[in-house]
Formats: sequence, structure tokens, C-alpha cells
Amino acid sequence: MEDNHKRYWKGLEELSNDPSFVKLADQEFPAYIPVKEAHASSPVDGGNTGRRDFLKLLGFGVAAVSLAACETPVTKTIPYLNKPEEITPGVANWYSSTFTDGGEYCSVLVKTREGRPIKIEGNPSSSISGGTSAKAQASVLSLYDEERLREPMVNGNPSKDWAKIDAAISSQLAQVAQSGGAIRLVSSTILSPSTKGVIADFITKYPTTKHVVYDANSASAIWQANQASFGKAVIPSYDFSKAKTIVGVGCDFLGTWISPEVFSKQYVQTRKLGKSKKEMSRHFQFETSLSLTGANADYRTGIKPSQEGLVVAALYNKVAKLAGASTVNVPAVEVKYLDQAAKDLYKAKGSALVVAGTNDTSVQILVNALNNLLGSYGSTIDLTKEVYYKQGNDADMASFIAEAEAGKVGAVIFYNANPVYNHPGAARLAKALPSISLSVSFADRADETASLCKFICPDNHYLESWDDAEPVRGFFSLVQPTISLFQTRQAQNSLLKWAGSQQDYYAYLQNRWRTLVFPLQTKAADFDKFWITSLHDGVFEPGPYLTDTSAPFTFNTDIASAASNVAQAAASGKGIELSLYEKVGIGNGSMANNPWLQELPDGISKACWDNYLTIPQKLATDMSLAQGDLVSVQVAGKTVVDEIPVLIQPGQTNGTVSLAIGYGRTKAGKAANNVGKNAYPIASLVNNNISFAASGVNITKTGGSREIAQTQTHHTIMARPIVQESVLSEYQKNPGAGRVYPTVTTAEGVLPATDVTLWNGHIKKNHSWGMAIDLNSCTGCGACVISCQAENNIPVVGRQEVINRREMHWLRIDRYYSSQEGAHTNGELEVASDNPEVVFQPMLCQHCSNAPCETVCPVLATTHSSEGLNQMTYNRCIGTRYCANNCPYKVRRFNWFKYFEKDIEGDLEFATNPASNDLGRFVLNPDVTVRSRGVMEKCTFCVQKIQEGKLNAKKERRTVAPDEIQTACSQSCATGAIVFGDMNNPESTISKILATENKERAFTVLEELNVKPQISYLTKIRNKDKA
Amino acid sequence: MHQVTSQVREPLVTGGKTYRDVTEDICRQVEGKPTKEWIIAFSISLMLLTYGGYCLGWTWWEGIGVWGLNKTIGWSWDITNFVWWVGIGHAGTLISAVLLLFRQKWRTSINRAAEAMTIFAVLCAATFILAHMGRPWMAYWALPLPNTFGSLWVNFNSALVWDVFAISTYLTVSLVFWYIGMVPDLATIRDRAQNKISRFIYGIMSFGWDGSARTWARYEEVSLILAGLSTPLVLSVHTIVSMDFATSLIPGWHTTIFPPYFVAGAIFSGFAMVLTLMLVTRKVFHLEDYITITHMETMNKIIILTGSIVGVAYITEIFIAFYSGVEYESYAFANRVSGPYWWAYWSMMTCNVISPQLFWFKKIRTSIAATFVLSIIVNIGMWFERFVIICTSLHRDFLPSSWAMFYPTMYDIGDYIFSFGLFFTLFFLFAKFLPVINMAEVKAIMKSSSEKMPTKGSSSVKPNSIVQPSFNKNTE
Repeated sequence: MEDNHKRYWKGLEELSNDPSFVKLADQEFPAYIPVKEAHASSPVDGGNTGRRDFLKLLGFGVAAVSLAACETPVTKTIPYLNKPEEITPGVANWYSSTFTDGGEYCSVLVKTREGRPIKIEGNPSSSISGGTSAKAQASVLSLYDEERLREPMVNGNPSKDWAKIDAAISSQLAQVAQSGGAIRLVSSTILSPSTKGVIADFITKYPTTKHVVYDANSASAIWQANQASFGKAVIPSYDFSKAKTIVGVGCDFLGTWISPEVFSKQYVQTRKLGKSKKEMSRHFQFETSLSLTGANADYRTGIKPSQEGLVVAALYNKVAKLAGASTVNVPAVEVKYLDQAAKDLYKAKGSALVVAGTNDTSVQILVNALNNLLGSYGSTIDLTKEVYYKQGNDADMASFIAEAEAGKVGAVIFYNANPVYNHPGAARLAKALPSISLSVSFADRADETASLCKFICPDNHYLESWDDAEPVRGFFSLVQPTISLFQTRQAQNSLLKWAGSQQDYYAYLQNRWRTLVFPLQTKAADFDKFWITSLHDGVFEPGPYLTDTSAPFTFNTDIASAASNVAQAAASGKGIELSLYEKVGIGNGSMANNPWLQELPDGISKACWDNYLTIPQKLATDMSLAQGDLVSVQVAGKTVVDEIPVLIQPGQTNGTVSLAIGYGRTKAGKAANNVGKNAYPIASLVNNNISFAASGVNITKTGGSREIAQTQTHHTIMARPIVQESVLSEYQKNPGAGRVYPTVTTAEGVLPATDVTLWNGHIKKNHSWGMAIDLNSCTGCGACVISCQAENNIPVVGRQEVINRREMHWLRIDRYYSSQEGAHTNGELEVASDNPEVVFQPMLCQHCSNAPCETVCPVLATTHSSEGLNQMTYNRCIGTRYCANNCPYKVRRFNWFKYFEKDIEGDLEFATNPASNDLGRFVLNPDVTVRSRGVMEKCTFCVQKIQEGKLNAKKERRTVAPDEIQTACSQSCATGAIVFGDMNNPESTISKILATENKERAFTVLEELNVKPQISYLTKIRNKDKA
Repeated sequence: MHQVTSQVREPLVTGGKTYRDVTEDICRQVEGKPTKEWIIAFSISLMLLTYGGYCLGWTWWEGIGVWGLNKTIGWSWDITNFVWWVGIGHAGTLISAVLLLFRQKWRTSINRAAEAMTIFAVLCAATFILAHMGRPWMAYWALPLPNTFGSLWVNFNSALVWDVFAISTYLTVSLVFWYIGMVPDLATIRDRAQNKISRFIYGIMSFGWDGSARTWARYEEVSLILAGLSTPLVLSVHTIVSMDFATSLIPGWHTTIFPPYFVAGAIFSGFAMVLTLMLVTRKVFHLEDYITITHMETMNKIIILTGSIVGVAYITEIFIAFYSGVEYESYAFANRVSGPYWWAYWSMMTCNVISPQLFWFKKIRTSIAATFVLSIIVNIGMWFERFVIICTSLHRDFLPSSWAMFYPTMYDIGDYIFSFGLFFTLFFLFAKFLPVINMAEVKAIMKSSSEKMPTKGSSSVKPNSIVQPSFNKNTE
């Protein structure tokens, strides 16, 4: 712009450049401000304070002080003054480690953010575990359990002084040892060879020590049977992946038996179908209550616990007849599918497998004989590759309790053992324990046993520990700490200290590996390198070592005595029989205070936050019991469980009832205490093995009822094609068997329902995230549910909110029972069959391309991304819930309350939600918003992980690799039932699967609605004869 | 307003009222001390409002988890109540606008109260719009306001946004219509006022009405324009409310029959509510000569008509559900009829389809007691209709795994009570402080003063052919 030489001035002073003006011109307030005078009369200076001024200032002062008090509480975040080299805020660090809890094992990768472990993933380097179990997923939350002791306890009082405690315990131990008193170290199964080394050292120091090992859910009969059959007390490796015919007798090998994740992975390999695989295994299951395994079986027969032996014997006899071998003399048993099972087993000779869950040695000997007859040894069973998941010796434990009662025990140390809760002799032990002069527990909390001990020396959580594990002979893995929270100490360190060693356990561990493990390999020349590699990988798998293969196991063919024992045991079964079982989530109860696991619905009953007596419909009718009615259970005239609600369970054998262990804890913490009833008192010692069955059970109605919290209350599929299924023979003829193709009739003729549309569709130029869920591979274990909960900060809402049908799980596993055959009317279809076929269907946001939720949101809080995601913008949501109503899959979850609220008063309704306390909040994933009340939420396809993957690729200037990005559920799925990936990338697994399956097994749920989900399901194929 | 009444028709106002009588009768309530009945009724309303207010307050404070809703049933009593109140709000506009255009003279003595009822019912409905939100403090996000949140706009595809427009337009137009219609009467009260405060307040409220011919002419023009504007609203509001359901895909909601069916239902319930209120008002305020049996009977006839339309709609729905062959749709209706909520369905059928048919009997439709009872039954039925549509459709939709039941909590009930408290408190305030009958219009349909006044109680005198309305101040 042209300079027009105009000048503007503020006043005449400026124009005339008055000197007094010039002097002040630079100041902000050129005009005179009487600051000094104001101060002079200030009351602070003691100037002329008038009464009014005084009152004004007083008023102002009071108001100001009280206003200052109204300030919101300050929450401190402390920045890194010196940033640790390996921690970058916002970037996760991963450490390999191993989850162990007694015999539970999982090689894991631990995700830490800013030093906090927040997520567990399976370690792909492990040839044993691979995926994760629900318990392994949830174990990270147990780390932040408020009930954990933060320092040792002496006689119930916290003490900070480890040295004093060490001195006291050492001297007492020495005293006991000197006087020849018995020292007992009671533990559950220990998978760590180094810990066993520490215990051996401890025994050397105190030679009167005996290490007593027991498992709450014992499998001691198996190694005893192998001792009898092969002269070797081992539990062998089973390989379900090689089996063509599988028979399970009372054996929940996909849920809870020995190493279910491993078995699931193998089992599903035989169940998967595809382009190049048109064969699958056939699975028969004979069991009392409907288990996860039974639910996956092709043929399932309900039997009583007392019939387990007879069924095995009958199978043996039938197979023996086919094979021309001699039979055994046992009473015949009339149950369905026995002949067919025997026929199929014999047909699959060399690739058959029979497993039984019973803890009766005689039955297990017969199982061995049957497997031997079928040539399973060396193919589906490997005795040389023994497993260590269950090392319990029930006889040892029983004699320990007897000794304790007799006052013969001078000192006892409990390591990862809680027999006062989980052993049938609990009551006797509880009485005897206080009189033992030295009792020490390594429990992480003052549990039922520890609270009776004089000393509690709390062990570290595994995420705070150094350790190793050898679940299978020759398959090692390492445990490394990722955080340290409290003044707790590893049990091994305590034992080392008391044994007088100056070494700490880390050094001990390294030394042991240097001398014992390092020589098993030749790749790495120096130990440090080997150690770092092993630590990085988490596993070191040289395979079975030091095994003598020259002398093969020979089978002791004398099974007559076993058979007669079986016949005898079967005869004792009378009246209503009861079986105890373990739930996949809660397990034996050691992790019962984990609210994620408490709220994980049982795979079959879909109930959580309780155990209950599962009863068959017939018993319910006979006793006029309704679901939730309270009953008491008497065994041998003694009430063993009182006021337990009943749950009518389709598939429960008539004349039997079942009850889950792991509940009824009294000293575990707020999530577990008094949730359900303790079932361990029902267990008994039969032939020195803990038996989980009882007969002659009397059930009486006590009056009153307790509503059972179930996440699913309608159980049949109502003949809807939501799950599409067929049988193998049909599938072999037509891979699209079982598919339903909805059509609409238009003026132009009959068209596929999806051809008639108002939609323009979305263009997905770059990625198109999708999922393929194989219903044949999903066993319904629920690991994905917990994985999703951990990844996405999903709140735990508690029992009452589940009863209100408000659980928040973004991913649920729908379980449907088949209706009675010939059911047609709606009323008939609602009733589940007595022995139903079961399907599991993981159900999560289907990320519809024509999403019904998106059109109805008034504020565009839920929208479509250009990558096929249905996105939820929490900030924009005003909570009309229209989207949830309009969702045909009902996968949207609403925050009815402030579930994340802090439990300050200690009386909050949602106190079991991890986010209700400061410690629990450590587990929250900082990449995922914690949702406020009043907003909708749902599965995001782990958009934070997608974003992370894309950013990593961008940083490295490459495109996202196929399958590089995984959602929490797909990552944790041990069986590979959930496949996630980019459907636009032809190299991704999902594209390859769908390339063939889109014309064959793939279907979308409710296809006729034309919402075009990004999730495809593959039909369920059962290997049974066509009905 | 030039009113033409037929020679043969019965007079609409009985009792041989003079213009002065009308003014006196109507203004008496406004000017006098509150009657005992009014005080009792008003106190009960206030109690309901207080208790309901507590429940609503707690709902807002804690979150709507205090209701019985769950992951499957996202709407139940909240939206049932909302639709119910909106439906009730239909009669006012229908009476004041549609009947005005159709020159139905009988409307004059009930339109004021019916319009007031409309406004209060819509306000009650609005409380549920707010209350049902998870975050009601963000309710204004549903308005297309220019904002600084970024380029955030509302979703014009969503029926809820249409609802926002429909309801707010309806409320605005009804309020304006109602108020404009009241101005001449307010001026009457102003002119009669005995004390300064009344004169001042009613003076402001009457907008300086001077009763000149020009003012009257404008008044009539505005009335006609507003009537023209509100007539489509009668149809549009409930049409759009019905689209909240019809544009979704839930079986039982996704139905093209909904717009006419909802409109008929709304008029049905609106008339029933007008009847309930009018029968009480005429008794309490001694307005038997203005709100006559003829009024009641005429309205009962409309109830038969709309009730039958609704009944046909119910049966059509069921027929189509089975005829369509869509299994989810068929199941939804089988479930309504015989599922766990069968009692709600049959309550609806009994109250809405069967009970109004009793009005075919002249004895029943001219009986005050019967009409009063049936008018309440109709509204109970209409509440169940919405409950059946909303809750029983949601509780068992596509995937049986998610099927659930809804059980109301004390807050569901309390928040409903709140709306009653609000409605009646407002209605009683209106009845006390504003003229419940449109004096100006009622006078327009009366016989002219030049005629010989009929004696009290006699209605056999031949009515006049042409009634000359007064264009002077209505204070004679």
C-alpha cells in the first residue's frame, strides 16, 4: 500500500511532543496511578485501616481462603527427570516371561508401558503354549491386586524388617532340625527346576525336611497308573493333533485337564477344514456334566461318575474283541455310542487316543491298556516326553495332614499352597496348624492357610520374579521381572537365605543354567550370549534330553486286578451322584480374587460370580426346583455344602449333579470372598487319591433362592440360521453344505437378499480390516474375552449388574444348545435338548459396512472409517442408545454408571472394578480411553493397535505387512479360530482363507439384513453320521 | 370471526348465557380466591412433582443405570413415556387448527384447555428426551448449532434429529397459537382487574390489546395463518416420532404402517386425555353450560374412529408379519401375542380396540361416568401400545443369546410420576391464572343479544341464524 503520509496521534501531547508525555510514553499506563498511596493505606502496612476496610478484608479473606479450599484435588504426575534409556513414554516395551501358577503354564510376552506391565500375550517362540489362557491373560491384574501383602507379616502384624524375620525363622528351623523334628515344605506343583534345586539345597541344610507336593485338582492316578503299566511314574505328553479318533471319558481336556491350552491347539488342528483339508478327527465324549470338551465333541454321552471305569472297560472289551485280544471281566454298561466309539477307535488304530479325567488309578490303568491296544503309545502318547504340570502326590499330602494332627510336625512352610482352602482335609489341617511351632507361608495375601501361619513372607508376583520353568521335559522357559511394587521377596530368595546361602536367586538361577542348561546346546559359545538369547526368546527348547530310547517302555499286560477294582468301584455308585469340576476361568480358586476371571462367564452355563449345583431337568422337575432355588447337599449324612443355588443344565446326566471348585474363598479379597460355596469338602481321599466324585448324595431344598448372574439367559438358537452347520460327509460332497442363502422376491424375480439395496457403500482404498472366525476352531474357552477386557480397559461391573444384563464385555461368546428333536413351535424351540449339541459363536461388533448404528446416531458419534471400521467417538456421544437398539447383534455396551469411580469410602457398588483403586488403575491401557458414564462403547477392532501398526510401518517407510496387525482377541486365540487382517491385502491370512471360503463355508450373520459385516464366520462342521 | 350456525343445530352453549355471563363465568376462576378443590388438587400435583423431581434428580446424578434398562433393551419406559406424552399432545392442535379450518364451531369452548394440555404434554415429553440421554448436559449437541468443536454437525439421517425439529417446531407453534388466542381474553381480565398487580401483569401479557376492528382483523388473520401452519404439524409430529422406530431395522419397529398408525393413535389418546381433563374441569369450575354433553359425544365419536383405525393397524401388523414370511418379523409378533409380555399386548388390545367400541352405544357415549372411565382406559391402553412396540420388540430381536427381560425400578416409575406432577402442576396453574375457555370465541357462537334470551336450562328455543360477534372490548 502506498504511504499516504498520514499520521495519527493519541492526543495533543503526542503531537506536540510534550516532554512530560515523552517521559511516560513507554509505560503501559502513562496516566498516573496512585499505587503508593493505595499501599500506604493498606491494612497490611498498618496504615489507616478503617472498620469498614477491616471488615471488607476479613470478608474477602474468609471467602478467598474458603474458595482456595474448594480447589479440585491435585493429582501428581511425576515426569522423568532423567529418562531411563529403555523407556520412551508412549512406546510399549515387551519382555518375554512365563506365567506359572502351580501347574498352570504359559510362555508369555509382557507388554509394559512406562514401566507398568499392562498386557500379556502368548509367546510365539514357544512350541508348547503359543496362545494364552484366560488365566494367563488375567494374571497381570493379579499383580495389581490390592489385597496383596506389601510387607511380611509376623503373627498377623505387618513387619518391615526382613532381616529380623530371617533370623527368627532360621533359628527356629535350626532348632527343629537339630531336635530331629519334622520340617515340611508343602507346595503345589513346581514347574521350575531351579526352584526345586533351591528346595533340594534347603533340604540339605535341614535334612528333616520333606517336600510335599499336592495339586488341588489332582492327577496323581495317571502317574501311578503309568508306574503300574510301564514302571515309570510319569505323566506323558499327549498329542491330540495326531489323533483321528478321540475318546474322552470324564476328561475336560479342552478346558481344565493337565494342559488344556496345549491340547486345544493340537485338537483344533484336527478339526480345521479348508481347501486342502477335508478330513477331521472324530471325538466321542462320555461325561457327567456338560464340559467345554463335551460341548465340542461330535458324539456326547452322559454318564454317571461311577460309570467312568465301566465305560473305559467296556470300550476296552469292545476294542479287544475287534482286535482279537482277551477281554476283562467287568459288568456291562448300557450307554449310547459305545459301540460306535469302539469301532471308530479300532479303525483309527495307531492314531487313536483315549483319555480319562478320573483320579482312579485302576481306571487309568485300563485307559493305558486301551491305548496300548490301539497302538497310541509312540504316536498320540509320548512317554519319553513327560510333562510336569501335575506332580502332586495325594498320599504324601494326606500323611502330612495326619502328621500335623498328631503333632509330629515341627515346622511347616507353604509355598504356593493353600490346603486349608483347597484340600479335602482342610478342616483337620486348620485345627492342627496353630499348634505347629513354626509355620511360614509364602502366600501373596493372608489367605485361608497363611492367616493361620505365624509368618507370612509374601512371594513376588511372577511379573516381579526371576525364575525358570520346565513344563515338558526339555522345554525350558524363563521368568523375568518387569516391575517391583512392594516389600515382598521371592520365595526362592527366602529359602536360600534360610538355608544359609549368601547367593540371591538370580545368581543361583544363572549358575544353574550355566551348569545344567547351557551344555544342552551348541549354538552359543559363551554363556552370557546364550543367557541373553534365552531371556530374549523366553524359551529354550532343546527337546527331551538324557532320555534312554534304547529300552522302550513295555506294557504290563496284567490288568485283571485293575478291572476287578473298577467293577468294585462301579458297584459302590448309588443314588444321586455328584461330580466336582473346574471352571476355565476360576480354575482351582488360586486366582479367585481376580475380578476379570470372576466376571468371565463360564463357557457352558454363561454364569459368573458364583458356583452352583448343576442339575438335570429331570431332577428339577422331580424335586420341583426352579433355577436359583437354594438346596443343601449331604454326602453320607453330612451337609457338605449348604444353601447353594441350582442351575438347570442341559446335558447334565440324569441322576447326577455337579459343582465347581474354586469358589467360596473366605480370605482372598473383596472380589472372591464369599462368592459361591467351597466345594473342596466334598472331595475325598479314595485309595490315596483325591476323588472328585461322590455318590449317595442327598439334596434337600432349603427354601429361598439366589439369582445366578448369567450373561446369556436364552439358550437355544430358535432354529435361526445364525450359526450355520453341517456334517462332515455333507461337507465333503459340497463345501457349502449348511449354508443358508437368503433371497428376496422382486419384480425382476428372486434375487439374493444383498442385491437389493439403497446403499452406495464405502470405498476402502487402503485397508479393509476384517475378521474370519472359524466355528470349528472355537472351543469357547474365553481367553479372547479376557484379552479384550485387558486391552480395552473394559470395566468389571459386578454380580448385580450382570444380573441386570449389563456386563460390558465387548466380545462375548454366544453359546447355543440345540432344541429337542422335532421341535417346531416357538415354545418347543425354547427348550434345550436333554443332551444338546452345542455351538460357540464369538460375537463382537461386526463392523458393518452398511452399519445400522451409524445412520441412527443423531450426533454422528459413530461413523465409518475409510478402512472398514465402525468407529465410536466417545467424546461426541450423548447417550441416546439408539445405536444399541438398532444393532442387530446387540454388541454395543452402554456405561450405565460411572464404573471407573474410585472407591474412596470403601462402599462403592463397583469396588471390584480394577479402576476403582489407585493400584488397580495401573493395569489400564494408556492408549485406550476410560469411558465416562452415559456413553456407548463397543469393539473397535483394537483401533489403537491398528494405529500403532500403521505408524510403525510409516516410520520404517514401508507398507503394513500382512498379519502384522492383530487384535487382542485374535492374538490370544490359541486355536487360531479368530483370524484378523487386511482383506485388501491378498497376502494376508484372512484374504487367503476367504478367497476359497467365501464360496464355501464363509457366511455373515444375518446376511439378509444386508448390513455387510466385515466379520465372516466359517460354518460349523461336525464329524458325525448324518441324522 | 363470522360464524354461521345452522338453524336446526342444538346450541353449543346452553343455559341461556349472556355475554356478560360468559365473562363472569370464566373470569371468576381467575379473579377469585383459589377454591378448596383447586388447592387440594394442586397440592397433590406438587407432591407428585416433588417426589418425581427427587427421582429424576437422582437419575441425573447417578446415571440412567438406576432404570431397569440393559444391554438389550436400551429404551423402555423412558421412550414409552415420551411417545405417550407426545401423542397426548396431539389433540390440542387438532382441535384448534384442523377443526378451525373445518369450521367446527363446537371446538371453541374446549380448544383453549386442549391447547394448554398439548403444550404441557409436549413439555413432559421433552423431559424424557432429556432424561433418557446418557449425558443430558450435552443435549444441545442434537441441535445443528454452529460450533467450535470442529466441523461437528448433526446426522440428518437420524430420526432422532428429525424428532428434535418436529417436537421443537410443534412446541413453538402450539405455544404461539395458544398464546395469541389468549390475548383478547387476557385483555378482558386486564380490564376487569381490581388491583394494580393484576392489571400490570395481565396488561403486559395482553400485549396492549385494544379491541379495535383492525386488531380483531389481524387477530383473525394470524389465527388462520397459524391454523394453516399447525395443521400439517398434527400429521408430521407423530409421523416423525413413528420414524424413530420405522427407520430402524428391529423386527416390530421396521414397519411402513407406523406413520398413519401413530398419528391415529396420537389423536386417539389426545382426545381421551382432553376428555379426562374437561370432565374434571367442567365439574370443578362449574362450566357445564360451556362444555356440554354434545361436546363429549362428538369427541367420543372421534375416539371410536381413531380407536378403530388403531385396531385395524394392529391387525394389519400381525397379518403382514405372517404374510411377509420373514421369520424374525413373524417371531416378533408371535412373541408379542404369546411371549413373556403377552399381558402387555392384551392390555393394549383390550383398552384400545375393544373398549372404545362401547361408544357405539349412545347411552355410553353420553354418560359422563362411562366416558370418564373409558377415557382413562384408552390412555392406559395407549401407554401399553408404546410399551409393547418399544420393549417387546427390543427384548427379543435377532440373536437369542441377547434376549433379555425388562423390569422397571422405582426410578422408572418415579420419573414417570414426575411427568404427571409436572403436567398437572402446570395445568392447575393454567386453570387458576388463565381463562380456561376462549371467551371471545365462545361469545362468537352465541345468539346475539337482540334475540330473546332463552331461560336458564332451556335449550329448546330456536337458535339465531347469524351471530354478530362483538368487535368492542369484551367487557360489557
